[in-house]
Amino acid sequence: MKEDQERANKQLVIKLVWIVAGALVFAFALVPLYDVICAVTGLNGKTNSTAELVVPVKVDSTREVTVQFISSVMPGLGWNFFPLENSVKVHPGQVTTVLFEAKNTTSTEVSGQAIPSVTPGKASAHLKKIECFCFVKQTLKPGEVKKLPLRFFISADLPQDVHELTLSYSFFPAAQ
Amino acid sequence: MSTTTVAHHDEHHDHPTGIMRWLTTTNHKDIGTMYLTFSLIMFLVGGSMILGIRAELFKPGLQLMNPEFFNQLIGVHALIMIFAALMPAATGFANWMLPLQIGAPDMALPRLNNWGFWILPPSAILLTLPFTLALFGVGDGALATGWTFYPPLSVQGGIGVDFAIFAVHLLGISSVLGSINIIVTIYNMRAPGMTLMKMPMFAWGWLITAFLLIATIPVLAGAVTMLLTDRHFGTHFFDAAGGGDPIMFQHLFWFFGHPEVYILLLPVWGFIPQILQTFSRKPMYGYKAQVYSLWAIGALAVVVWAHHFFTAGMPVPALLYFMYSTMAISLPLAVLFYCWIRTMWKGSMSFETPMLFTVGWIILFGIGGLTGLVLADVAADAQYHNSYFVVAHFHYTLFAGGIMGIMAGVYYWLPKMTGHMYNEKLGKLHFWLTAISFNVTFIPQFFVGLAGMPRRIPDYALQFAEFNMISSIGAFVLGLSQLLFVYNIVSCARGGKKATDQVWEGAQGLEWTLPSPPPYHSFTEQPVVK
Ligand code: HEM
Ligand SMILES: [Cu+2]
Repeated sequence: MKEDQERANKQLVIKLVWIVAGALVFAFALVPLYDVICAVTGLNGKTNSTAELVVPVKVDSTREVTVQFISSVMPGLGWNFFPLENSVKVHPGQVTTVLFEAKNTTSTEVSGQAIPSVTPGKASAHLKKIECFCFVKQTLKPGEVKKLPLRFFISADLPQDVHELTLSYSFFPAAQ
Repeated sequence: MSTTTVAHHDEHHDHPTGIMRWLTTTNHKDIGTMYLTFSLIMFLVGGSMILGIRAELFKPGLQLMNPEFFNQLIGVHALIMIFAALMPAATGFANWMLPLQIGAPDMALPRLNNWGFWILPPSAILLTLPFTLALFGVGDGALATGWTFYPPLSVQGGIGVDFAIFAVHLLGISSVLGSINIIVTIYNMRAPGMTLMKMPMFAWGWLITAFLLIATIPVLAGAVTMLLTDRHFGTHFFDAAGGGDPIMFQHLFWFFGHPEVYILLLPVWGFIPQILQTFSRKPMYGYKAQVYSLWAIGALAVVVWAHHFFTAGMPVPALLYFMYSTMAISLPLAVLFYCWIRTMWKGSMSFETPMLFTVGWIILFGIGGLTGLVLADVAADAQYHNSYFVVAHFHYTLFAGGIMGIMAGVYYWLPKMTGHMYNEKLGKLHFWLTAISFNVTFIPQFFVGLAGMPRRIPDYALQFAEFNMISSIGAFVLGLSQLLFVYNIVSCARGGKKATDQVWEGAQGLEWTLPSPPPYHSFTEQPVVK
């Protein structure tokens, strides 16, 4: 009787420990899962992180969308960083180049990494970058000022109800 | 309903005495007593911290402390109240009462039970140690991120964050051990004849709590571990510059955090109906409906987490989903409220202290639930998020719904546990002081919140001055009233009028068939439930 009880208890404990282990695995599995879900849904406004190779041939001149640019510098990076134009109007399919400017205000050489994000989230997959200073980390000498180019287009299948989208860049300190 | 054979076996005196008795005990009543004592002490510690906050907020401007220390007090207060006061109190009751209520001789895994408890004091020390270390110039104090550990602040913070992470690991292990023990006890140790659907409601509340705990505590442990490796080992889970995402932390944290709010309350929802039926002198209404509602809430609890960060940015369909699923929780909750009220309906009620606390609890927790419904509205939350309105909301759910519920349980079971009646007059005084000063403290916070006062800020605009002063006065009365509670418990443990076995005229259930206090080993022969 007593042994039966103890055996049953042990078996149940083992099952419950499996639930605990499963939950722990689930926690870490959420990391890649989160990235996949975000990439599919554009949940957190992530855009392509390597150059888009296929450039569209057709420009849809019947439609015009406004692309706004905002910039920020994270704590710990002594830079000034801003877009030279605050917004541009583009047609879907039209390749556009805009410039940002960064200045190192410190007396040491520093590297930074720019992280883009697009709102609304559902538009993020439709902003395609051909060339971007955010693809690699940028290094500035003390006092150096650098023009940072971005070449992009808006793909023609951008949802019809999006008329305006905002591209934000945050510069983070990066390891040298 | 049941027949019992009570063994008066107090000859088992081969256990050690003094401190060794407590260090090595595997007896469920000893361990329950330790959990409850620890909880009471930490309740006072966490309470004193927040009185420091209320003193600072008594007037606008910075008077008593710098903002860093203010933030540290807030975060440690919350972690202590949640993990070291409310959760251990519920576990303490589980240890004391579950075996008695289901007719088991002890918990299923006594040794594990002992470890589960003794992990707690070291983790409480870990949590508060950075305060002391800072006095000696080591580090810059405890964690200053609030209890939610949001990066990037928590990645940049000082050693206080590391201490808190390790404390959370230990507290989590303790809860998981406790939960495994409770599930095994409930599944395997019930008296013959006690089917699941004949179990006391308290056992149901705890069973669902325990499942929520073992499914979500590991996610919290995982999240804070990632935080730790981000801080010290160069990973980038939450660092956007390295390809990570700080918002992901919020998902992980609240995947645990929202179920946690039900973890704190389900045990209370378990014993409240038992108190109601005792003092209404009729069986609880809608037993089955209550059990199904508890399960429904347990299930919904794990799919609504993102209502805590509507404002962090989400696609509209996600906002709508989290809004409606959150609001859906109020349906089973409304069923519970209906059953609680219906249990009292036309009963021959009497209002001893436990019943006073229970009725007060229903009203105040109701306010907590209704204001939660307001917050769940995405459009409204844009204004209320991170304001004092949220603070008031979760104190109606956690102080009224949690702590005051626990107090009802303490007064209800104290005569059973100690064998003496507590001082009824003092108990009633404690209730009225607590209920009134609680409202004086938190009603003004709804209003300053609506008017735009943000939470976690040591200074505020002048137009909030009067309401903050009222709130601070309420808080000090509330804090001091708890000394009555402590006094009443201690004097009841020391002596007093002898309690009968049944204690309360209308009390139902196996625990009331045992002597008060129950013998060291309760049921050597299991009772049979018919
Ligand atoms: C129908 C019931 C409830 C609903 C609809 C609800 C809804 C919400 C929502 C939407 C928030 C987020 C507010 C914001 O930060 O902007 C919130 C915060 C909170 N709720 Fe509730 N709630 C309910 C019941 C509860 C219960 C029962 C508890 C605890 C036992 C609780 C504890 C909390 C806590 C601790 C917070 C604040 C967390 C923090 O940011 O630190 N709520 N609630
Ligand atoms: Cu929640």
